[in-house]
Amino acid sequence: MPEGPFGLDPAIWAVVRLVIALALLVVVVLNGALSQVYIERKVQAFIQNRYGPIHTGPWGLLQTVADAVKLLGKEDIRARLTDRWFFLSAPGIVFSPMLASWVVIPFAPGLVGADLNIGLLYLATLGSMTVLGIVIAGWASNNKYSLIGGLRSGGQLISYEVPQILSLVTVAMLVGSLSMVDIVDAQPGWQLTVFILPLAFLTYFIAGLAETNRNPFDLPEAESELVAGFLTEYSGMRYAVFFMAEYGEVSVVSAIVATLWFGGWHGPFVDTAGPLLGPVLGVLWFTLKTYAFVLVFMWIRATLPRFRIDQLMALCWKLLIPATLTNLLVTAVLLLAFPGSLLPVAIANWIMLGLFVLAIPLFQRRRLASLRARLRAAA
Amino acid sequence: MLRVVLRLSGEKVVECVPVMGYLHRGLEKIFEWRTYHQGIRYTDQSDYISNMLNEHAYAGATEAIGGIDVPRRAEYIRVMVDEMSRCASHLVWLGTYGLDIGATTPFFWCLRDREEILDMFEELCGSRMNFNYYRPGGVLYDLPEGWLGKLERFLDRYEAHIGEDYRRILEGNEIFLERTIGVGTIPADLAKRYGLTGPMLRASGVDFDLRRDRPYSIYPELKSLRPVVESAGDAYARYKVRVGEMYLAINIIRECIANMPGGSVRARLGHVWKCPKGEAYYTVESSKGEVGIYMISDGRSPNPYRAKMRGASFHNLQILPCLLRGRLVADVIAILGSIDIVLGEIDR
Repeated sequence: MPEGPFGLDPAIWAVVRLVIALALLVVVVLNGALSQVYIERKVQAFIQNRYGPIHTGPWGLLQTVADAVKLLGKEDIRARLTDRWFFLSAPGIVFSPMLASWVVIPFAPGLVGADLNIGLLYLATLGSMTVLGIVIAGWASNNKYSLIGGLRSGGQLISYEVPQILSLVTVAMLVGSLSMVDIVDAQPGWQLTVFILPLAFLTYFIAGLAETNRNPFDLPEAESELVAGFLTEYSGMRYAVFFMAEYGEVSVVSAIVATLWFGGWHGPFVDTAGPLLGPVLGVLWFTLKTYAFVLVFMWIRATLPRFRIDQLMALCWKLLIPATLTNLLVTAVLLLAFPGSLLPVAIANWIMLGLFVLAIPLFQRRRLASLRARLRAAA
Repeated sequence: MLRVVLRLSGEKVVECVPVMGYLHRGLEKIFEWRTYHQGIRYTDQSDYISNMLNEHAYAGATEAIGGIDVPRRAEYIRVMVDEMSRCASHLVWLGTYGLDIGATTPFFWCLRDREEILDMFEELCGSRMNFNYYRPGGVLYDLPEGWLGKLERFLDRYEAHIGEDYRRILEGNEIFLERTIGVGTIPADLAKRYGLTGPMLRASGVDFDLRRDRPYSIYPELKSLRPVVESAGDAYARYKVRVGEMYLAINIIRECIANMPGGSVRARLGHVWKCPKGEAYYTVESSKGEVGIYMISDGRSPNPYRAKMRGASFHNLQILPCLLRGRLVADVIAILGSIDIVLGEIDR
């Protein structure tokens, strides 16, 4: 009898795999949005000296469930002058790429939807499809706030795509493969990519913040300027789908960071715990790593103010893209010059990270100080 | 409830028209139908973030017409609650300015301290919003037992919070600096031409503070009164001035506590007091600028014949269209926030 993974018959394994995949989908993606809203509210409340939700269920745990039920029960409102089909389909266009992203992400050894050999390319493509839905939502709403929000989002997402993909490419060069499974396999034990490519991690994370429209890049839905940006005309379940997509994007970006730079499902006891417990532990480590970054997202949201659109573009085109391009060039040259040793790449990358971080006090602060001095002199 | 009509070209502002009047309650007309004592309660609703300062202007105008001498202790208490009110107002501004720029956390932190100030006001006069604490000739109640000690302890905590929390999370952040430095710059001559007062004026490098330059109450005697002036004139300078005033207020309150005289808190006016004929304009340096009441008494009726109120926010807001032209949409909020308007004071 041919043996599949976990010593199961391949025919049975196929069914088991489907069940596991569906369970993961429901738990990680759909429940993820619910639990993330709750966690976000609690984390923000903790930072802001409040309690957060406490009344519904124990520790307010059922608050988001109640909210979801409320949103489900709401009337589906579509303003008369909106563009019918675009307006109705926009939430789906935003939601489905996020859902499809999970296909290539390895949750545990052997537990991956599809081990595509173009995994990274696939993720990058799906990531840039979200912008389509948001621009459509902004346009179809026939509302000035929505339009500004949608177009802001378009400009922002297309710009930040560049540093994001450039950062991904360095990892692909290092591993020599675009497959997510290969990338995880290349990082056993302590050989995490983050030790070798810290700058790429930082630039990807910043670009990921922009990609998910989160603080400090939440201009498309800046509530003090644009009411709710492209979400203004949406209510009820369509609004909820946008919301789930946003939180889903956050987990996708966190999962990519955990997979590419922090070893994915690798962790203590995964390889030694046996064929059944090992994957479970793998999923556990992977989820913990992912949620660690989700927490960083929330922490940033509670701490930082919002950029202005020109500053956002300047950050991308004047700082992130040159930095990622240099990083790409240096990594490529060093990988070709020293085949078989990653130490030169790592050293170069840490030096570049230092320079990148130092650029903020050295250039930014100086620029602002000179600007202030000019203003003082003019007064 | 301010409506700002913008004409945009892309994200650039071409034209801006502020529309006001949505919160008009006719306070000045109400003053004509209330006695001098009753009118004080309505000044609270003008600038409802720094109420005590408005009450001071009204009570001051009444006293100026009536020639009433205010007991020393009452004057000290007045200056103290004025400065507390100023702190509360600047805290609200700091928090909401953070919100305007997109930072949610400072708002909750600032309201935490404002809450304590309001608690102390509640203990003092039984109310948290419409204090109704001033009276022509003094204040309504003396300080409760142990109130000053409580205030001192609060000031220590509060001073630490300004330095460790508010300033670190705002001016310690690159994005905040980017959003405020060089935004909404007002040169000194423009500020004077528009009749700006208060922190708006002082942030443009004009050293003018009513507490020192048109002295009232016991301000001339205070050693700690050193007006905060910045020269750059941008939103960041206004932020600096307001934070500086929060420290200044702490010092002034501390000096008042140290020198608090004893005695009565209210001049004796008799049960049926009639204001003599006359008129007076009395100004107070409010948290937003010059708040003044021009009062006319006909000497016959128990109500003022006319009481005109000058709201600082109303005059400060007028510069908005001039500042917004050619700026981006996001700057609209950053500039409008930095003016620190209270709609109650604009519409009255």
